[in-house]
Amino acid sequence: MRNNEKFTGNIDWLSVLIYLALVLIGWAAIYSAVYTEGLSPFNTVGRDTTVNTGKQFQWIVASLIIGAIILIIDGKFFVTFSYAIYGIFIPLLIGVMFFGAISHGQRNWIRIGSFQMQPSELAKFTTSLALAKYLSTLNIDIRKWKDKWKAFAIIGLPMIIVMVQGDAGSAIVFVVFALVLFREGLESYFLIIGGSVIFLSVIALVTPKLWYLWVVFLAVAGILSYLNFKNRQLVYIITGIALVASVYVTGVNFIFGHLKSHQKDRINVLLGREVEKGKDWNIRQSIIAIGSGGAIGKGYLQGTQTKLKFVPEQSTDFIFSSIGEEFGFAGSFLIIGLFVGLLMRLMYLAERQRSKYSRVYGYCVVSILFFHFLINIGMAIGVAPVIGIPLPFISYGGSSLLAFTLLLFVFLRLDSQRLEVLR
Amino acid sequence: MNKDLFQNRYNVVRIIIVVFAAIFLLRLAYLQLFEKKYDKIAFDNAIKEVEVYPTRGLVYDRKGELIVYNEAIYDIMVTPRLAKTADSAKICSLLKVTMEEYSGRMAKARQYSTHKPSVFMKQVSLEDYQRFQEAQYLFPGFDGQVRTIRKYPHNCAAVILGDVGEVDDNLIKSSNGYYKPGDYVGQSGLEKYYEKELGGTQGKKFIYVDVHNREQGSFAEGKYDTAARAGDNLYSTIDIKLQEYGEQLMQNKKGSIIAIEPETGEILCMVSSPGYDPNLLCGAIRGENFKKLVFDSLKPLYNRATLATYSPGSTFKPMVGLIALNEEVQGEVYTVPCNGFYPFAGLSLKCSHHHPWATNIEYALAQSCNPYFWQTFRNAIENPKYDHIQDSYGKWSDYCRSFGFGSKLGVDLPSESRGNIPSVNYFNKVYGEKGWHSSTIISLGIGQGEILVTPIQLANFYAAVGNHGWYVRPHLVKTLQQVHEKKDVKPEMKKSYATIDTRWYVPVNDGLRQVVEAGTATESKIEGISLCGKTGTVQNSHGDHHSVFAGFAPKDHPKIAIAVIVENAGFGATFACPIASLMVERYINDTVADNRIAKQQKMIETNLLEKYAQGKNMPITNGHH
Ligand SMILES: [Zn+2]
Repeated sequence: MRNNEKFTGNIDWLSVLIYLALVLIGWAAIYSAVYTEGLSPFNTVGRDTTVNTGKQFQWIVASLIIGAIILIIDGKFFVTFSYAIYGIFIPLLIGVMFFGAISHGQRNWIRIGSFQMQPSELAKFTTSLALAKYLSTLNIDIRKWKDKWKAFAIIGLPMIIVMVQGDAGSAIVFVVFALVLFREGLESYFLIIGGSVIFLSVIALVTPKLWYLWVVFLAVAGILSYLNFKNRQLVYIITGIALVASVYVTGVNFIFGHLKSHQKDRINVLLGREVEKGKDWNIRQSIIAIGSGGAIGKGYLQGTQTKLKFVPEQSTDFIFSSIGEEFGFAGSFLIIGLFVGLLMRLMYLAERQRSKYSRVYGYCVVSILFFHFLINIGMAIGVAPVIGIPLPFISYGGSSLLAFTLLLFVFLRLDSQRLEVLR
Repeated sequence: MNKDLFQNRYNVVRIIIVVFAAIFLLRLAYLQLFEKKYDKIAFDNAIKEVEVYPTRGLVYDRKGELIVYNEAIYDIMVTPRLAKTADSAKICSLLKVTMEEYSGRMAKARQYSTHKPSVFMKQVSLEDYQRFQEAQYLFPGFDGQVRTIRKYPHNCAAVILGDVGEVDDNLIKSSNGYYKPGDYVGQSGLEKYYEKELGGTQGKKFIYVDVHNREQGSFAEGKYDTAARAGDNLYSTIDIKLQEYGEQLMQNKKGSIIAIEPETGEILCMVSSPGYDPNLLCGAIRGENFKKLVFDSLKPLYNRATLATYSPGSTFKPMVGLIALNEEVQGEVYTVPCNGFYPFAGLSLKCSHHHPWATNIEYALAQSCNPYFWQTFRNAIENPKYDHIQDSYGKWSDYCRSFGFGSKLGVDLPSESRGNIPSVNYFNKVYGEKGWHSSTIISLGIGQGEILVTPIQLANFYAAVGNHGWYVRPHLVKTLQQVHEKKDVKPEMKKSYATIDTRWYVPVNDGLRQVVEAGTATESKIEGISLCGKTGTVQNSHGDHHSVFAGFAPKDHPKIAIAVIVENAGFGATFACPIASLMVERYINDTVADNRIAKQQKMIETNLLEKYAQGKNMPITNGHH
């Protein structure tokens, strides 16, 4: 059959290879994190909540099967049922808040037999489908406010539900869809304003005295106004921006002053400030683990920081520190290289799509993977806030592995059908 | 134009990703390639240096009988933070504590630390400990710890053996980190004096510990570990059977017995009474008992045999005789008329009892005639050979010092008194250079006055007299068995010679023999043993006289020299002499003859404690002021 030849021929095997490499590295890293002498990597004995590599292996096999199935299913299925899948998923997401199983202190799990699964992991996938469907609709222009709001709503609805479930980390991930909108034409000032807000927030928190900032803002505005004194409209705008910035930093400073102490500590840790002993324990131990890895690491299964449990959550949120400790800068470089390689490859694939749906979906995949990569590794090396989200394909956990596999392979399937017209 | 804009945005997103990846790589390069401190921090986190404690040396008596050993005790430790899921009901029934006690102990442990182990229950029995171990998997956070404490199976010789207790802050500071709080060291007696030998040397091992401070195996297969060096075993000179017997004879009396083997200087027994059971100062009960003993008015912790000083009284007369003979101011045959009174420098000094005139030194010793020795002392001090009393008395005191009087003998115990032989300077100071004469210091002639001796100095003197002029420094340990090096070390022992010519011991020792045979101590004759010695009834300003006897036996090649002091017990012949003779008999014959059992019983049963209680504030150190 002609279809079958095309099936293997059109799959982007490079992406699949990087995917497999990351999954296997993850499995090995998890084994190292929980290693005790004589432990089999296929061991599945143990309570449900404990990390074990045998179970992760089962998840890997399950993911590969699901990936294969997706590559067989016609990509049109996802295009056609995008809204339907998104629509069915919203009540499911709400439902688990009331009827779901409790695990890790949160009632947002579905339990089937001995396996449990977090639907919020899948929400990113369903949102990607819906967003791709919407933006690829004829006559939709993201630069128009009426269309913009609808796009925001598609992203915001699951985000708010996940937030209400108490999983703030997973909710924040939805912010990254802004990158997709940007690619599809969202005005640059959204990115500029977004960047400015982050920049101003940081300087508002690190400044020793608030009025220093007021003085600087007004001085800059004054100089710029003087240089452009002929263009009255521009002077108004400059002055307005300076005033807004001053008010904003004052507000941030005020809010920080009224935060609860544990929230303050998190921000202080992030800013590299001294906090009460023990509050920044996790980050410090992770940095020690990575730093002590040196150029080539302590060797596989030789990491003391992870093996002796100094680094907490070492097989999930802090899996990168285990790799950094045992394989050093070389290992860290490899992981970052694989991720950047995958992201670049996926973007290249996205850009070559004829179908706008496929391109938007591709950017959704890139953005989600990028955000997880950014926060998870950034947290482990102490340059990003402490948000407990997994490192795609590597961290322990079935839900996230299945969700990321689904996310990626649907795009690979769409890409393999790029010569057909998908709508 | 639209197409171009999209192309541009593709690049913007790519640049964003590359910039963040670059930031990560720079940060990682800093952490992993340039900053070197994390290596050490990770090492300090995971690898702990642990002391390996050596086993403390054992102590044997001179016949090889074990008199100090180590006993294992079992503590149950708890780390509160890990113990949340422990089966508390089960552990309560196992250790026989109530639920309230359990929470109390837990609260106390939590107060110390939630993540570090501390003692949950001290010194559980071996059976309880074994049952605990079998079920330990049910008690996460609980762990057993084996420690050792000292055991003294004979319940005696406490002041000799001493005790072991927690190291104090001063020693911790001065030890350069060797000792840590909670370590145990000898606090008194042999345990303290031989701390270095008994204590051995701590070893070190490097182990992995996890975040909960639990041991996770050895670092680098123990490559950097050093083994502990076990403490040496001590072979003591003590005859523990004789020691027990001596303590029995001295029970309910204050005083001491010290016996020495003259040929070797080995101390056969050292009794300080009242004593205490050394086991009272072991393990958990130590603190409380120590307080009680410190505040006991009879001062059981005080070693009277080496620390208390007394006037030697009549037991000093052989010394006075030997000096006069050696200076040749009088011969072996020399008469002092004694009608009970001794006319001297206008004074009339009284002899203690009526007896025929002493015409030689033997008889004078046998009768313990005071006028005879006053005269003898006076002859030595007024020796025409010397121009000044400073010279003659200086010579006289040097003789005394050559027997070990007036300075520490160097017994292998942490502390010892000097006693006192007054110096020429001392008398010059008190009376002025021209202000003192033989009559001023005449009481020295009969062992009273400023002269003070310790019981061990007295016994040592009689050992030297028995040896005809030499002694070996008295000591308590004859062999150090270095378990680690598998060799025995004997401390070097040298003879010290007194400055009296050997020929003068013949008449003096004949006299000392006569004391027991026909003199003041005839009641203490022992069938078949030629006991020599001298009784003493020592005046002191605190109540009744002390009863003293010092001597040696047999007369030729003596096997034992002995000094006995029973405080405030009256005449030397009534208590000290019979006790000494029983000790000598027991040591030489290994048993006491049937016809002397009654005497033995009388000594054992005599209780002077009530008498002491009546005479209040009697200090242990006696002498003239
Ligand atoms: Zn007389």
